[in-house]
Amino acid sequence: MTSGMLERARWAARAFARYDKASVDRIVAAVARAGADNATRYAEWAVRETGFGVAEHKALKNVACSTGLVEEYAGHDYVSPRTDPAQKIVSIPRPAGVVFALTPSTNPVATVYFKILLALMTRNAIVISPHPMAKECCADAARTLAAAAAEAGAPDGVIQVIEEPKLPLIESMMADPRVDVIVATGGTPVVRAAYRSGNPALGVGPGNVPVFVDRTADLESAARLIVDSKAFDNSILCTNESVLIAEDAVADRLVSLMRGAHLLSPADRDRVREAVFPGGRFDTRFVGKDATWIAQQAGVRVPPGTRVLLAPIDRPMPEEPLAHEKLCPVLALLRVPSARAGIDAARAVLRISGAGHSAAIHSTDSRTIMEYGAAVPVLRVSVNSGNSLGGSGVHTNLPISMTIGTGYVGGSSAGENLQPGNLVNWTKLAYHVDAPFGDFAGLDPWSPPDGPVPRYPEPSNARTAPASPAAPAPQADVLREEIRRLILEELASLVRS
Amino acid sequence: MLDYGLFTFADKDEVLEKSSAYWNPGKTQFWIDSGVPLVIDRREGYFLYDVSGKRLIDVHLNGGTYNLGHRNPEVVAALKQAMDHFDIGNHHFPSLARTALAEALIETGPEGLSKVIYASGGGEAIDIALKTARHATGKRKIVSIVKAYHGHTGLAVGTGDERFSRLFLSERPEEFVHVPFNDLAGMEEALRGRDVAAVIMETIPATYGFPLPAPGYLESVKRLCETYDALYIADEVQTGLMRTGELWGITKHGIRPDILVTGKGISGGLYPIAAVLVSERCAGWLTEDGFAHMATFGGGELGCFAAMKTLEICNRPETRSIVHHASDVIGRGLERIRDDNPGWFTGIRQNGLIFGLEFDHPEGAKFVMRQLYDNGVWAIFSTLDPRVLQYKPGILIDPVLTEELLDRTAVAIARAAKEAGK
Repeated sequence: MTSGMLERARWAARAFARYDKASVDRIVAAVARAGADNATRYAEWAVRETGFGVAEHKALKNVACSTGLVEEYAGHDYVSPRTDPAQKIVSIPRPAGVVFALTPSTNPVATVYFKILLALMTRNAIVISPHPMAKECCADAARTLAAAAAEAGAPDGVIQVIEEPKLPLIESMMADPRVDVIVATGGTPVVRAAYRSGNPALGVGPGNVPVFVDRTADLESAARLIVDSKAFDNSILCTNESVLIAEDAVADRLVSLMRGAHLLSPADRDRVREAVFPGGRFDTRFVGKDATWIAQQAGVRVPPGTRVLLAPIDRPMPEEPLAHEKLCPVLALLRVPSARAGIDAARAVLRISGAGHSAAIHSTDSRTIMEYGAAVPVLRVSVNSGNSLGGSGVHTNLPISMTIGTGYVGGSSAGENLQPGNLVNWTKLAYHVDAPFGDFAGLDPWSPPDGPVPRYPEPSNARTAPASPAAPAPQADVLREEIRRLILEELASLVRS
Repeated sequence: MLDYGLFTFADKDEVLEKSSAYWNPGKTQFWIDSGVPLVIDRREGYFLYDVSGKRLIDVHLNGGTYNLGHRNPEVVAALKQAMDHFDIGNHHFPSLARTALAEALIETGPEGLSKVIYASGGGEAIDIALKTARHATGKRKIVSIVKAYHGHTGLAVGTGDERFSRLFLSERPEEFVHVPFNDLAGMEEALRGRDVAAVIMETIPATYGFPLPAPGYLESVKRLCETYDALYIADEVQTGLMRTGELWGITKHGIRPDILVTGKGISGGLYPIAAVLVSERCAGWLTEDGFAHMATFGGGELGCFAAMKTLEICNRPETRSIVHHASDVIGRGLERIRDDNPGWFTGIRQNGLIFGLEFDHPEGAKFVMRQLYDNGVWAIFSTLDPRVLQYKPGILIDPVLTEELLDRTAVAIARAAKEAGK
């Protein structure tokens, strides 16, 4: 039952590509608002449907990926032409058109919000293909945002969702020439399929995040940040720490400061390894489950309030299952004698998987931090920050993103955190270097819609005069202030709950 | 060499020659003389290809038969699947496919219709509608509009213009009253005697060039029918199946017809079938004598499969959205072309993706049709008003093809103006 979705999306994209900045801002604000209003409801729904993660953390991500995202990009303009008199170049934005977006089971609704808002900021139509495990919450969320978009004047069909995602259907849609770009977040097979499709694709690989703590680190802070990050949403973000690499000189003290993390004895470590990686393969039952449940399953007793299981390992090699990506709050712990050895260990972890993704370091030695960044094959390193919310831009000034570009080293064409700019090209009007440059002041090729898009097909002899243009949007700075206030309110209420 | 396995022709000339000799000399010659020497070979989506390889965007679509495009892949798949198990079926017995389609039609049809009668084509379906109305009312007279067209079969031809009945000595003015379109006084005059079984109306008369009912006209006709105890038959063969942006054009008028006729597009252009939807009041004969109207091919089960898939596609929210977008964009595009051709392209009649384009010349649409053909578009003039071009883009059309279509249309209309001396 999906034939017609892409045609409908093409019509919506065609109409949307002519909208002016004020109209786009109004739609984006309304959709973000709808997303934030339902952040908690969908967070709970996602946990219920997938069994993954922590509802209050998901709610936080949902807010970050709705009103938070709009705040982040409030000063950006992907709609108006830009004039550069010095270079004698005018740049006119050209939206991709139809974005086909695959969203994962791990961060289902946050990714739906994120990709929809990126598409809307850049005047694209989007078709969401949710992971089958999370299809109900994602479809409902997409419908809620679609209704808000329509209410705010977006073209009909600008947001659509596949209600019954099945592999043959998804593969045929990915290969359809009516798709302009695929944005794939998910496992390696999905990403590979996106690249194979023949359509332009922004696909991102998996993570396997090493975090290095050297002798110069603020251990109190590092311990707290690592535990919070590892426990956040039960490690379901692909940016969660996987292997903690600690310099010998400070390792014991670091571990002792990691409140909420339980250091497993070698025997218990073996029990957890056997439970989480039976036969050496990760058991997906453990995705996004909390630490005490995992311990229980492994037959290990842990103190109440345990949020992270700390599993000592002695070699960062593929044959050590605990050195692989673990989307659950089990953190491998590796001791190293020196910073040099720590960097090598981080490289070894990323040879297993996660190249191009992210790493973290806790250190006050700029030289070590620089060497780590230069040597470790990732495209973002969180410094003195938890990586779950650091790599994804919530606790750092990286772009807020649910889609982490892993670059060429990670088999991806995208090397940055996916951001609105990835979904728009720019047509350049380039003058001859000696020709006088034109006067483009006040020129805007776009305009607000003159009523609902499309207008209802009344017979031509009964057609009423076109409605007056929609009311002008509030001033940008007023809007920005309003959004800021709402986010603060929401974050405050989340903290209270 | 034109080689199709079962038969071959040396070239197009041989086809035309034999077409004239063995099939229909009048039609064959007409198209040659009209500058449209088309012999359709490949057909795919909204494209037709002449045997010469010339590509045409089809906006005739045989009155909506190819609404979903030629050989729509989903309808083809449904039909192929059906052919592994079904054939036409036996028209005497209760049938799986006929029952399923009837239920689907009633569920999606205008309120108040409860049973389906099948035909093998639109003409027969109109005959069934008229016979049903006569049975239900016990009256014989049928009122239709001047320049109407509802088909060529026994009763249907009587409702239409004499162009098609007189030749066969088939006009029957005592039974078939014709009143001018958009003339409520004339309509009331015809109904006042309370001896009329039914008024039959195309929601927009296609062959007359899609003149639009004046706002309120159809609603008033329906009220007159109620006042004078005549039934209202909605001929939705060309206006149905999402063409107007709703599944049935008549519902845009808020009218609940007593009988609704569908054909052409309901088969997806792959297997002939037509259907009559009737209210409980009209359905009496199906109980009284279920064998009273029979047709071996009526409701052929393969056709039911094609129709069920077609109906399902037409009913998708996506399809409705595409029609709304496309009618908005094409409507505005044609308005621009009209503004560029004052005194020649004088009017646009539009309801959704149904367009009648008016030209200021008694045979204006024939000039435009010829120029469109030269410029890669196939659209046909209105037989009963050749000033007007019928222009029916497909209901799944995409934006890129739409822009190409408008570009070609603009060129053709401007060239036709010169040819017509405008």
